[in-house]
Amino acid sequence: MIDIADLLTAMFVSATVLVYASAGEVVTERAGVLNLGIEGTMYVGAFVGFTVADHTGSPWVGLGVAVAAGLVAAALMCLLTVTLGVNQHVSGIGTTLLLIAVCDYSNRLLYGGGQLVQVKTFPVLFKDTPVASQYLLTYIGFLVLVPFLAWLLTRTGFGLRIRAVGENPEAADVAGISVARTRYAALLIGGALMAVAGAFLTLAMVGTFTLNITAGRGWVAIALVIFGRWRIWGAVAGALLFAGVDALQLQLAITETFAHVPREIMIAMPYLVVIAALAASGRNVAYPGAYLKPYRRI
Amino acid sequence: MIRLVLRGREPRWLAPLLVGCAVVITYVLTAPLIRWAGANPMAAYRRYVITPLTTPVSIGEVLLTSTPLLFTGLAVAIAFRAGFYNIGAEGQFLVGAVAATWVGTTFDGVPAAAAIPFALVAGALAGALWILIPALLRVGFRIDEVVTTLLLNPVALLLVQGLLNGPWRNPVSQFPESAHIGPGFNFPTVIPGTRVHLGFAIAIVLAALAWLVLARTATGLRMRAVGLSSTGARFNGVGVERTMLSSALVSGAIAGMGGVSQVCGLQRQLTGEISAGFGYTGIVVATLGALTPVGVVLVAMLLGDIVVGADSASLVLQVPPQMGQVVTATLLLVTVGILVLRRYRPVVNRRRRTAETRAEVIPLEEVRQ
Repeated sequence: MIDIADLLTAMFVSATVLVYASAGEVVTERAGVLNLGIEGTMYVGAFVGFTVADHTGSPWVGLGVAVAAGLVAAALMCLLTVTLGVNQHVSGIGTTLLLIAVCDYSNRLLYGGGQLVQVKTFPVLFKDTPVASQYLLTYIGFLVLVPFLAWLLTRTGFGLRIRAVGENPEAADVAGISVARTRYAALLIGGALMAVAGAFLTLAMVGTFTLNITAGRGWVAIALVIFGRWRIWGAVAGALLFAGVDALQLQLAITETFAHVPREIMIAMPYLVVIAALAASGRNVAYPGAYLKPYRRI
Repeated sequence: MIRLVLRGREPRWLAPLLVGCAVVITYVLTAPLIRWAGANPMAAYRRYVITPLTTPVSIGEVLLTSTPLLFTGLAVAIAFRAGFYNIGAEGQFLVGAVAATWVGTTFDGVPAAAAIPFALVAGALAGALWILIPALLRVGFRIDEVVTTLLLNPVALLLVQGLLNGPWRNPVSQFPESAHIGPGFNFPTVIPGTRVHLGFAIAIVLAALAWLVLARTATGLRMRAVGLSSTGARFNGVGVERTMLSSALVSGAIAGMGGVSQVCGLQRQLTGEISAGFGYTGIVVATLGALTPVGVVLVAMLLGDIVVGADSASLVLQVPPQMGQVVTATLLLVTVGILVLRRYRPVVNRRRRTAETRAEVIPLEEVRQ
């Protein structure tokens, strides 16, 4: 039988990664920039967080340095897509390839091909209560970050500027908003959040770094942004859907009926559900007006 | 403050100069990482670029290594040309390999004359089938193909792993690898004394065909028109949906044939490591090759050269082989970044506008490359 409490607990843990990542991508895309470097940025966050935590013994220091690395990754995207105005698909995929390659290279140099190193992970709050026993980052993500970003984007001048440069940069520019500076800010915020998502993988969920640890979760986050129609709460709903299916497949895998279904089919389920959800809800959605378009003045 | 101003005309010497600069910058950026591994960057680069080209056998290895990149690079270039951002060549490559393994192990008695076309058709169909859903969602409902093609990549990898851990697990060794394909399915060697196989020849023929279609036929013109401006193409009576759909399917089919070539030409069986990110590297190949078949062929061989070199450098200089990917990705980003200067020239901002700069007001337009 499926244990509902276990299911919900696992769902919130696995949704945390997607909430941070897709919230970061919402902010970025609202400014008109598609950051396909998300998968690489998460990978960097995971690797740097793990390595620093391993060397200092503190997951919090690891998280801090991972955020710094995420900012560097985002700065690279800023240079390419905002300052130089390079095609965003190409620069995003290129950034992801570069960051993953650099991490794998460093991993090889630092840890060789030796056995897995376990690091101290974040403590779990409310340990023995069902569902509520979660990491602090999960609580912060759902209860602080998401409402804050939703407020920031819709109710503040800064959020209005982000949406303005994403919808109509010419008009924003005429109104005295620096398009480049606003897009830089959006990309940097997004990069920091993506790195937190990656660090959560190594420093909370897994406790170690393995190759391909992100396993396409960045691409899932991009899909969730479209599914959520570029709204923070919509992306959270999508994250809970993906994580719910993910948790369900893990639970079903140990039931008698599904024990004979290959594990890989079960793991593939959430990806297929996201595609199906996009197919059902993503028809003719309105993209941000300046999506994928670089902006140059004179 | 430096700004970029649209050029009136691009000097002929500019593009080669910029590519040269990109190579130098890539070297400067990657050298510290090589030094970190305790090797001399100059010596490492000599191994990456020069050493593989010194003996006939290692040139053969370069051509062999470039073969999967030729397929995926062509696949990506064709789709991008038609404005379909197929980021899923990785998945299409994998299902092509699965299809080749399935026919190769199920019908293992078929003679070569029938077996090889059979495997190629099966792989092409599998690749086209894998891209069919994203393509239909794109042309039918305008659902972003980037996301859907990307999401199918992990699914394809899970399919491979599921087959290898389940029904196709090697019954003798219990390793997660399939049985070997029938002898008729083995691609023959095309250059004696090397491991270069029929897949390479097929890729070159496909590149020639792609050039012919893109540059010399009405279909190619329609594809390029759709890619440059789908509204403009529609206005001129081009069936945008049909063109995009067929380009996507051809792209998936070519990537699928890449998987066939890797199974039948090299590995003779399916393993979890059948694709070393070839689909993603195909995007690098297509972009650096300026989305032209000739460019794809040249860049695929350059990257093949670097990968072969990186493998040998890892043995001799103890620089991990992942350096090959680092160099490739850095080269991509530096090149696309610096090539912006072909259309825009950097100008140091002056406080007062002169008549000269005012005359250069550029139209606000979408810059595609």
